[in-house]
Parts: sequence; structure tokens; C-alpha cells
Amino acid sequence: MHATDHLQEAERLMTVCNSCRYCEGVCAVFPAMELRRSFADGDLNYLANLCHNCGACYADCQFSPPHEFNVNVPKILSRVRTDSYRQYAWPKAFQPMFDRNGLAIAIVTALAIAGFILGFAVWHDPSALTSTTGNFYKLMPHTVMAGLFGAVALYAALALIMGFANFWKDVGASSVAAGSGLSLWQAVKDAAALRYLDGGGVGCYNEDERPTDNRRLYHHLTFYGFLLCFAATCIGTVYHYGFGWEAPYGLFSLPKLFGIPGGIGLVIGTIGLMKAKLTRDPDMVDRSKFGMETAFLAMLFATGLTGLLLMALRDTPALGITLSVHLGVVFALFLTMPYGKFVHGFYRFGALALYAAETKADRPATVRKAA
Amino acid sequence: MTVESIDTDVLVIGGGNAALCAAIAARRKGAKVLVVEGAPKFYRGGNTRHTRNMRCAHDTATDTLTGPYTEEEFWDDLLRVTEGNTDEALARHMITKSKEMLTWIAEQGVRFQPSLGGTLSLGRTNSFFLGGGRAMLNALYLTAEKLGIDVLYDAPVTSLDIDNGTFRSAIARVNGKDTKITARSLVAAAGGFEANIDWLKEGWGECAENFLIRGTPYNRGDVLKMLLGSGVEAIGDPTQCHAVAIDARAPKYDGGIITRLDCVVFGIVVNRNAERFYDEGEDFWPKRYAIWGRLVAAQPDQIAYIVFDSKSLKKFMPSLFPPIEAQSIAELAQKLDLPAEKLEATVSGFNDAVQPGTFDHTVFDDCRTKGLAIEKTHWATKLEDPPYYAYPVRPGITFTYLGTRVDKDARMQMASGGGAENMFSAGEIMAGNVLGKGYAAGVGMTIGSVFGKIAGEGAAQHACN
Repeated sequence: MHATDHLQEAERLMTVCNSCRYCEGVCAVFPAMELRRSFADGDLNYLANLCHNCGACYADCQFSPPHEFNVNVPKILSRVRTDSYRQYAWPKAFQPMFDRNGLAIAIVTALAIAGFILGFAVWHDPSALTSTTGNFYKLMPHTVMAGLFGAVALYAALALIMGFANFWKDVGASSVAAGSGLSLWQAVKDAAALRYLDGGGVGCYNEDERPTDNRRLYHHLTFYGFLLCFAATCIGTVYHYGFGWEAPYGLFSLPKLFGIPGGIGLVIGTIGLMKAKLTRDPDMVDRSKFGMETAFLAMLFATGLTGLLLMALRDTPALGITLSVHLGVVFALFLTMPYGKFVHGFYRFGALALYAAETKADRPATVRKAA
Repeated sequence: MTVESIDTDVLVIGGGNAALCAAIAARRKGAKVLVVEGAPKFYRGGNTRHTRNMRCAHDTATDTLTGPYTEEEFWDDLLRVTEGNTDEALARHMITKSKEMLTWIAEQGVRFQPSLGGTLSLGRTNSFFLGGGRAMLNALYLTAEKLGIDVLYDAPVTSLDIDNGTFRSAIARVNGKDTKITARSLVAAAGGFEANIDWLKEGWGECAENFLIRGTPYNRGDVLKMLLGSGVEAIGDPTQCHAVAIDARAPKYDGGIITRLDCVVFGIVVNRNAERFYDEGEDFWPKRYAIWGRLVAAQPDQIAYIVFDSKSLKKFMPSLFPPIEAQSIAELAQKLDLPAEKLEATVSGFNDAVQPGTFDHTVFDDCRTKGLAIEKTHWATKLEDPPYYAYPVRPGITFTYLGTRVDKDARMQMASGGGAENMFSAGEIMAGNVLGKGYAAGVGMTIGSVFGKIAGEGAAQHACN
């Protein structure tokens, strides 16, 4: 017996798939499944996080609905995957954040934005919000900004690491040395290229059985956009503390050269992903997780957009409000990172590393059976 | 009643591999093509949706094939499985043409991969479809759509107007309305009649009621019946079908590959009376796979039970349903509703007859019984390590052999002599020309693709001249 109905159904499907194996060449999930004869909770959580939700196995399956075998691997693995995010979340007290994730993240974000507006108005003169000085640090001293965001980033990192440790233990990753350099390097390559978000080579499936999906492109824009923005922020911090060069930076400075394309990537990428989400074949979609996924995209979109706006509106009276909104969104993004869709990247990376290790060892990880 | 009407150059009846290859080939020759598929969209493609590979001759190894498979070797294999029930000229023609099929099919969007886990024995000879048969169909339909081929689903053909070997028109039910389709040429690629229990009963009697059908309920053979009724010459044994033993708990239709069981070799097989009835160690897959359906069909109630013990549980491919498990033979008999004392006697009699030997299921080993009325000639080991397991099995019908006779151009031949004017057929509906008996993995798809392409090109040529 399994801990949840979703895991129970996932086990049924993996038993069906393991006796068929036609999808073996489609992605990593099915070869990983074939190493196993039975499926404990940890095995299913691993397979669910290994799944990139490309949809090829649904379009290819002769037993998908309306067939009575009702084989819908993308949908049920998506359910198991999101259940696993909740299960791994640290500390446990915050697990309910996943129950109504869209609402929770919206509330945190609204509070954060309000906090910055109020903070600026209280610590300064309310008129500072609409001044045209073009200088962020008049509104919020750099040290305060760096201290606040440094603290929240450290907290997020801690919570993410603890969550990842829970995942690593649950899927038995250590039993096949999934943490080895070779496995991790393979996972880096597979994740960076989104190797398994390609429908087995022909492209993803989203709306129907035609492989016309562009989610890999949009995901690249979003992911690399995020990394560029993160890099821009880090470089800015080094400039400030290391060299005493204070913002604002020129258009051809490194923070701008990283930040502007990054922001554009985040905006375009998230719009593309959202559009794909709205047009996806409803049979493959777990509607109950719509809030979590939308909230994640919305946060990244808002981060990119407000960052770009901030640059455009720096010398106008809108600076104060724009800065409050941008800082509020980024603050909330970091604070809620361990409690939203953001975690998918970490667990997927871990699953890819485990897959690389299992493939090399030609045996499955040993998972502790549920009591 | 209003009758809608459609006119086209080439009408293709059917929606599987052969039909799509014919439609695409005809379209590429410049003909206007209409495909009418009797099944709804999800179930399109007949048996193709359950296939996974095709067998083509090739002279060298490729990315996905481990070594060469010459025309001569292909012919030897075909001769062996059909025991000579084949048209040599036609079969050799198909084998020669199969070589270029690997490239042609790939050009139509179908992707290949190395042989699947558990099918190593086919890695040299058979090309596996990435994602399986439905993925292959999706690719072909996508290509057909891009080429501007019209497809109607849920459109069973109810009558054919054939005048002395010349096709004039067909009536199909489209959206509940009778629609008259006129065309210059016809390609019939509508499969066999394996899902038509009443027709199966003509060859098998009432016991066909207990058969399970491995494909969709739409393989009813209506078009085949109409063609034979219109003077097309028949080929193949009308009473025969390809029957394998599959899990008795499978649904009546469309259980596909996941209900197959290939563990006969690891234990004994008993009937409802708890008696063995055939040498379980006679031969390897696929031969033993192909005979057990027929053997079970001859048993009371068309049911049998494969019984084995714990040491064999993980030696074969898993299947959909778990085996029935018990700590003793008596308990197993009770769960299977078999006479317990009889099953115990059968098992102990078997165990006593097992001779010492070295078990190896990959060769004809020396593990055998001695002194039984029905010996197990290889792979015989004692059933003595509980828990004990059993799978109930029934005959699972894959395809039928009766079809339309064709020549090398896939042109239907008339019973009165000579070829039809404008009628071609491809796929299972004419497989009996090449495969009069038995089966070799992937041959059905070779027949469909090779003759589908030939039929489509011939039909287009006739239509456009």
C-alpha cells in the first residue's frame, strides 16, 4: 500500500508501462522504470521528478483515455511530483504553503510590496516615493538592502538544501552514489539542455498529438533569463563592495549586459510558458496545481518586468513605487522559493543525477520501504 | 433520405499502417486521396496501434539494428514460420522491397530506436518504432495531413459498388449519414475479421465466444466480406487465426501487448480439470508463444492455468495483472477454483518425474521429465518453493489469415480470373498471400508498408491516367 491515492495510481501505471515498454526511447523515466519490478513511494517520487512532462508518452500510448486502462502518465506523475514538493518542504510547519500555493504566494508578495512602500514612506518622507533623484539608495540604504536580501537568500538556500536532503534520502540516491562527480556532471548537462523535454527527439506535445510545442525554448528563455538576472545582481554586489562602484551602472556595464537580456528572457519565456499551459490538452493537466504553477510564472514574469521598468523609469517620479514593487516581488520570490514551483528544478536535477548513477551501475537505487 | 456525395481520385478504406502508406504514396504521385477509417480517432489504425516493430531486410548494421539481415535469411525465416504456406514470388518481391522501406518510412516521419528491453533477440532483424505503433501512426497521419490528404473517422463503409472487377463507388456512414464516395481507384486496407466473433464461430464453433481479442472491436472484416462477395478471389485459410495465450483477466477487446504471458516454460500448464495437456518445454519463443493460444482453445471452457513457484517469479517480463499467489498447491487450487487433490497429484507426479539437470532457459537444456504420459522435454524443474503462483490464460486472437488474392502490384485478383481494373489491397486484408500460416515478429508491418506503398502508387497511376 502507498501513502496516497496518487502514489497508488502511479504504481498501477508503472506496472502497465513496465509490461509494455514501447515508450522506452522517449525519455529517462521509462528506462529508469525498467530497472524495477516493484515501486515503493520513494521510487515513484523519483520517477515523478524525473518526468519533464513533455507529453510524448500520452500521445504515443495506445492505452491512454478513453481506453479503459486509462493510462495517463504525465498527469499522474505531475500529481505525485507536486505532492512530493509538499512532503520534502522544510520546515514541516510550512508544508501547508503548498495546499493553496497560488493564494499563499500572492499574499506574501502583496505584503512584501506593501512593506517596502510603507517602509520607504515611514523611514523617509512620503515624498521620497515620488522624487526624481534617480537614486535607489536614497530610498533604501545599500547596506540595508543588501542585508535584508542577503538574509532572505540565505534562509531560502537553507530551506532548499534541507528539502533537497529529504528528497535525496527518500529516493535512496546515496545507494548508487548519485552524488558522484560524473553523475552530477551528467545531470548538469541534461538539465542545461533540457534533454528530456523533447518528446524523444521530435519535440514536445502539448495541445494534441502533433509535436508542435515550444516549451523547451520558453523554458530556456526563462531559466537562462533568471540566471542572467541573478548574475547581474551578484556582479553589482561585487562592484559595490569590492570596487566601491555604486549603481546606477551604464548601459554597457556588466550588470546591465547581463540584466537586460535576462529580464527580457524572463518576460518572454514566462509568457510563452503560460500560453502553453493554457492551451495544453486538458486531459493531461492536473487542474488543482494550476495556482502553484501560475504563481511561479507570474513571480518570474513580474521580477523581469519590474526590473526592466525600474531601469526605464529611474529618472521619473515613478521610481519610488516601481522600486517598491520590484523589491517586494524579488523579496517574496526568494522568501517563497522553497515553498513553490521553484523547487522543481532542484528535485529534477537530483533525479537526473540519480538516473545517471543508476544507468552507470545498471541497478536501481535502494529505497527504504514505507512502514 | 439525403445522400451526401464525395468524389476523389483514390479512396483508401482503413486507417492503419497499410492504409496510410498507400494514401501517402498515392498523394505523392499527385492523386487526390480520401481515407475513410471505420474507428473513432482515438482507436484509429486497427492492429497497427498495438505493433512495435517491422522486419526489413538490410545489408549492414545501422544506428538501431545490430547487424545485417539478408534477403535470403528473411526468406528462410518466412519459409520456416509459414511451413511453406506462402507465395514465393510475391514473398521474395516483398522482401526485396522491404530494404528501401526503412528509409521510406523514416522519410514519412516515423522514428526508429534500438530494440526494447526484453526483446534482444529481435535487435538485429527488427526495427522498433520509437514510442510504439501509435507513435508511428501519429507520424504517418501528421504527414498525410501536411500533404493534404482528407481523413474521415468513425466512417465505416457499408457497401461497395463493384462492377465486374471495376470499383465505382462506396457508401460510408459519415456523422450518421450515408455518404456516397466515387473514386477512380480503390485501396482496401481495412484489416481482418478478428473482432467479429460471429465470423470466428464459423471456423471455431461456439468456443470462439470465450476468445479475447487483442486489438480494437473495429476489426470486423466487413470490407473483406464485401470484396469476396463481389467476386474477388480469396486466399488463406478462412477458419484460421493467430491465437496466443494471454491473461484471462484481460478485457474482451484491445488489451494489446500488456496482457501477454511468456512464462509457460517456467512451470506447468493445467486445464480446468487440473491436468497437463501439452509439453511446456517443447520450443522457444516465438514458436511456443504462437501455439499455446490454439492449445488452450481446445481445452474445456477455453481456459488454462500456468503454475510455477517462487524461483521463477522474476525470470520473465512482467505483465499487467499480478499472478495469483498461495502458500500451498491446495490453497492455489482453491483460489483458482480447481480440484485441489487433482492439482496436488498433478504437481507431485510432475515433480517425481523431473530428472536432474542444469537449468538454462536460453538453450534447449537437459532439464526434463521421465515417465509421464505428457513429458516436459526441457526446462523442467520441480515446483517446490512456495509461494506458488498461477496465471489464468485464454486464447487471445491477434489476426486472421483469410484475405484477398493480389499480384505483385497489390492488384486484387478476381475469382473469375485476371486482375481487377482499379482495386488494390494492402495489409492484413491480403497478408494471407505471404503469410498463409504462423507468424514472425514484425512481418505484418512489412506486408502493410511494402504493399501499402505499391498499392497507393498503382492506384494513383490508374486514377491519374
